Amino acid sequence: MARTLFEKIWDRHVITRGAGGDTLLFVDRHYLHEGSFHAFTALAREGREVRSPKQSFAFDDHYVPTVDRHLGIPGVADAEARGLIENLARNTAKHGIRHFHMDDARQGIVHVAAPELGLTLPGLVINCGDSHTSTHGAFGALAFGIGASQVKQVLATQCLWQKQPKSMLIRIDGALPPGVTAKDVILAVIAKIGIGGAQGHVIEYAGAAVRALTMEARMTMCNMSIEAGARAGMIAPDDTTYQYLAGRPHAPVGEAWESALAYWRSLPSDRQARFDREVGLDASRLEPMVTWGTNPEEGVPVSGAVPDPANEPDASRRARMESSLRYMGLTPGMPISDIAVDRVFIGSCTNGRLEDLRAAAAIARGRKARVPTVVSPGSRLVKVAAEAEGLDKIFLEAGFEWRDAGCSMCVGINGDQVPSGERSASTSNRNFEGRQGKGARTHLMGPAMAAAAAITGRITDVRAL
Amino acid sequence: MEPFTKLTATAAPIDIVNCDTDRIIPARFLRKAREPGFERWLFHDMRFDAQGNERPEFVLNQAPYRGAKVLVAAANYGCGSSREAAVYVMYDYGIRSVIAPSFGDIHYGNALQNGFLPIVLSDAECQRLREQLHAQPGAEITVDLPAQTVTGPDGSIYKFEIDPAAKERLVKGLDDIGLVLQHIERIEGFEQRYFAEQPWVSV
Repeated sequence: MARTLFEKIWDRHVITRGAGGDTLLFVDRHYLHEGSFHAFTALAREGREVRSPKQSFAFDDHYVPTVDRHLGIPGVADAEARGLIENLARNTAKHGIRHFHMDDARQGIVHVAAPELGLTLPGLVINCGDSHTSTHGAFGALAFGIGASQVKQVLATQCLWQKQPKSMLIRIDGALPPGVTAKDVILAVIAKIGIGGAQGHVIEYAGAAVRALTMEARMTMCNMSIEAGARAGMIAPDDTTYQYLAGRPHAPVGEAWESALAYWRSLPSDRQARFDREVGLDASRLEPMVTWGTNPEEGVPVSGAVPDPANEPDASRRARMESSLRYMGLTPGMPISDIAVDRVFIGSCTNGRLEDLRAAAAIARGRKARVPTVVSPGSRLVKVAAEAEGLDKIFLEAGFEWRDAGCSMCVGINGDQVPSGERSASTSNRNFEGRQGKGARTHLMGPAMAAAAAITGRITDVRAL
Repeated sequence: MEPFTKLTATAAPIDIVNCDTDRIIPARFLRKAREPGFERWLFHDMRFDAQGNERPEFVLNQAPYRGAKVLVAAANYGCGSSREAAVYVMYDYGIRSVIAPSFGDIHYGNALQNGFLPIVLSDAECQRLREQLHAQPGAEITVDLPAQTVTGPDGSIYKFEIDPAAKERLVKGLDDIGLVLQHIERIEGFEQRYFAEQPWVSV
């Protein structure tokens, strides 16, 4: 029977099926971070061991500072954050889990660092106690976020009870116009289907526009699948995937590579495969996207205007728009390009990779920032690569801050926050109320757009700069 | 895990559509250990002002709803971040069940792991319940898991669906790990075959 990419990976990992349609699924890779402490605490309380420590990999990312990293752990000024970082080091050492700690040259945001190390491979089931685990689906892996109890379960058993999600195909045909990026595509997808639009589904992104994307761009797309409510997002592996993986530190080599490759080539969805839902989008009609509201579906093209709730016939939707506009401090009907910003953040597991930094640097080159701008590379390897190209100098000359690697201002729990009432242009993934700090107002956009906002001090169509 | 069977308790309406887990517990409190007092972070920025005083307009700060054990929410409750602390913080406040038209998938799964019952009723049913709770502050709702019913303040009975395996785990208070380890021989057999066929998976 014809099967989708998702179904092939799912079937390959079924250990047994329980009563009520639950599946016991084998987990290939398990990624951990400092926020996984609840799971380790519970594991210790229950006196359980880690069953397959070699299949877990830990990264310091959520709580690490992006400044003064040469001081190491003792230099983490925030005592609670330092405690969580030390806690992960203790737990991974105790259980024999590989840990890329904050001083390691390979440290980074788990969803940036694990792929660049070649840990993320096609055909794998990958879990992490973080909703942006969907990022790894860019390689044709089934990767989904789980809560602390299931992190504990994977640590203790290397398996998960799961109900099989439904499948959804999002086909993006045509070619992206100049200046339109993967971030714009995914924001347009979310605006179209809504933040609950893919609930209960695993999305497969397909079509000419997706095939033309680099691996880094594919990761940006899959990363935000959760912002459409999806269980996971994935893209069939192809030569772009294999070229990215070849030679990565943990990717298979020699005969193992050949046998992996043969398997990976069997993964793409069969031509006759059926999806539970299908959605189409024309890439050639897309523009750079910007969010105006307090969830990722509330986005419009940069040439557009802040929507007017008065034009919304549905009372409940109208009330939601009014509430978002009140929080955001915006006037209905005002052009998006009239919105002044107080600061800019470039980084995160969505847009903290080398190509993102190159796109931002291309805009920053020879110009000056009007508002405080922080650039945080997604990993220390990205940082080194960016510095080798001189991107750090471009940013510094433009008055941007060049920081170290971590989740930083995307979630604001390492101390990098947007002050209350201030407005940020951000390359991160969530514009929820208070996400970047209590009272912070977030506008999501791509890295070149964010750099343009830094230069002009307002949201700016990067194509016209 | 505490078994969940039947509960009759004060219910509070949460009218926010897409109430994300950042609202249920803001990210800056995720560093906190789950100790006595953890419930303080529940809906923190809606519940408390900048000085830490209660905002009187927030439903759980109003006397009749205080200490509610059931919430009736709107669509896509608990979307966003996978933080299980969003369940812990409701549980530690005393809440044991949320009724909503839909849930963020991860949040729904997290609830089931903690003896906490997420119930899906239709949008219209949830809206009706919320209206009744607004009209009669402090009114009670009965949630009966074995019977798979919700009884509203006016005595109306609503049937809900739940996965049979999830139901059994909740009613018996079973731990997932125990249910996995029952299959340990199958797991070991699977792993042997799997790694023999796909040695490239090993790092």
